[in-house]
Amino acid sequence: MSVESLSMAKAINLGLRKAMEHDEKVILMGEDIGPLGGVFRVTEGLQAQFGLNRVLDTPLAESGIVGTAIGLAMRGYRPVCEIQFDGFIFPGFDQITSQLAKLTGRHEGSLSLPVVIRVPYGGHIGAVEHHQESPEAYFAHTPGLRVVTPSTPHDAYWMIQEAIAGNDPVLFFEPKSRYWPKGDVDARASGIPLHTSRVVREGTEITLLGYGPMVNVLLAAAEIAAAEGTSCEVIDLRSLSPVDYEPIVASVQKTGRLVIAQEAPGFVSVGSEIAATVTERAFYSLESPVLRVAGFDTPFPPAKLETVYLPDADRVLEAVDRAMAY
Amino acid sequence: MSYTAATVQLLSPEGELVASDATAEYLPYIEKLSDEQLREFHRQMVVIRRFDIEAANLQRQGQLALWIPSLGQEAAQVGSGYAAKPQDHIFPAYREHVVARIRGIDPIRIIEMLRGISHGGWDPKQNNNFHLYTLVIGSQTLHATGYAMGIQLDGLSGTGDPDKDEAVIVYFGDGATSQGDVSEALVFAASYQTPQVFFLQNNHWAISVPVTKQSRTPLYLRPSGFGIPGVQIDGNDVLASYAVTSANLDAARGGGGPRFIEALTYRMGAHTTSDDPSKYRDEEELDFWVKADPVSRFEKYLRSRGEGDAFFADVAAEGEDLAADIRKRTLEIEPPPVSKIFAHVYSDPHPRMQEQSAWLTAYEAAFEEGQA
Repeated sequence: MSVESLSMAKAINLGLRKAMEHDEKVILMGEDIGPLGGVFRVTEGLQAQFGLNRVLDTPLAESGIVGTAIGLAMRGYRPVCEIQFDGFIFPGFDQITSQLAKLTGRHEGSLSLPVVIRVPYGGHIGAVEHHQESPEAYFAHTPGLRVVTPSTPHDAYWMIQEAIAGNDPVLFFEPKSRYWPKGDVDARASGIPLHTSRVVREGTEITLLGYGPMVNVLLAAAEIAAAEGTSCEVIDLRSLSPVDYEPIVASVQKTGRLVIAQEAPGFVSVGSEIAATVTERAFYSLESPVLRVAGFDTPFPPAKLETVYLPDADRVLEAVDRAMAY
Repeated sequence: MSYTAATVQLLSPEGELVASDATAEYLPYIEKLSDEQLREFHRQMVVIRRFDIEAANLQRQGQLALWIPSLGQEAAQVGSGYAAKPQDHIFPAYREHVVARIRGIDPIRIIEMLRGISHGGWDPKQNNNFHLYTLVIGSQTLHATGYAMGIQLDGLSGTGDPDKDEAVIVYFGDGATSQGDVSEALVFAASYQTPQVFFLQNNHWAISVPVTKQSRTPLYLRPSGFGIPGVQIDGNDVLASYAVTSANLDAARGGGGPRFIEALTYRMGAHTTSDDPSKYRDEEELDFWVKADPVSRFEKYLRSRGEGDAFFADVAAEGEDLAADIRKRTLEIEPPPVSKIFAHVYSDPHPRMQEQSAWLTAYEAAFEEGQA
């Protein structure tokens, strides 16, 4: 069967397995990723299949994981690091931003650093502090890094392989809330460039743009809007850095309106950046200001408040109404 | 000052070999050195000291943004630098100018960094595995440990063939021992039993903060808490540095796991040319270390072995020649092309680099058109 119905967690597992079979220099490192298979079981069975030298259970130290991955990449390996949760990436932040992101430039072309850092991120899992955050903007802001995030099992399957095959550091954000729902994964599909956005629903009156965990929310909002008589186009950004602007600009030129949604706080965020760029590139097509729907500019609240904090279809539709009112 | 009963010293301040139970395991490494190798040790120490003075002068004259002196640390660096075999990998901090030179780096490459021409830029593979300087304190210890993990995964340590086995030596300072990355590197090294030597130059000062503020225990004891053997050496004794580093690299290459050396030395000059040590340390301390000077100690030893004035004059002349050459070439360095801003941020093509590079080209061309 080339097409299977898999959860995103299983799809990433399959993608990792393929990448490891394809290139023996691909190694996995992280906390609890061996016999346990990671706290989300994304690496389940891989140590048993590939051995202790290909799947490394590391000491509990994020800077150590990233810093030693850099050294391994200098030696010719292609490390794929798992950071256990979004909020735990910050002990590794210095190695990621000051070293991983800059060492290629520092070497003036003699060194590539094909290091992938997988980060489960986002809310809707009812977890304690530091376990539901969306820190992608810090990394999108950092020159030298690439930042991507899938929204479906199929995209997760091929995007993780593309991220590993590339020669630059990639932050691979995995939406935790989408780990378990199943979707069709076509194992034959390959060759899609990593940094491409995708129109996932066509429409004519307004464009809804999101990524990772928000794409499903946008599709739900579009469905409701359609029932109410508004035709929404939905775009899955997929790559946060670099951004594939062409489909976005083309869509806005068609619809004249854009709402951007994300779980992360809105201030100085991926949504802010795209709003500014689309305003520059499609100014004469815009019928209304580009609107953003985001997490509030607060720390992620205790989990019983997460459904209030996180944008849902209603908050997206409220923005759609405001945009359509112009 | 901070010498302890455990400090390994092979050459006394009077320039005499120290034969004792403590030195017995290391002296064979010295006995194998040829007269020519001993002369090279001295030549490198003297020449780099002259280079160091010239670079500091260039900074004072506005030709460099900054200089990072290595004055006083020559023996620790030359001995350990020569202890590394060609197949070994060296991860420096940013003061190991003579180790760079030993591994074939043209010192002008270091000058370029401090003149604002590059952030490093040499290819370690083309320069005898001498990796780039790292300015964030202690970060390189993790890269070195990861690299050593890679050697181990490649099966190239502990093979039983000493010519094939590889190891890593990483340099860092007393200030770096307070950084989390250094502790994490020790944890990973111990956990994976990497073929690696941690070479700590305790020069007693992290800019203005004394080592006593970084650690209440002698630093060579710290690795024992990580399960890594530590040894303290007189870092102003080039023979101790060479022999003890050789012994520990041999052990690491042979599959004995990571090792840790604390070399007691002294930053005789400022931290950098932006620093003013007169504000925080006293003359008495400096006097102690001037008397322990690594270069004059080794000169005494060489003279006791019959080396004459002609050799020392020749070495001094080589230092003068290098200084003159560096001065001349520093003044000839052209600024880098603006394309360097975008050239190697990524390895694979990247649309923002292409767009912004094209924009800058057009922007600059517009000025040229305006002038025409």
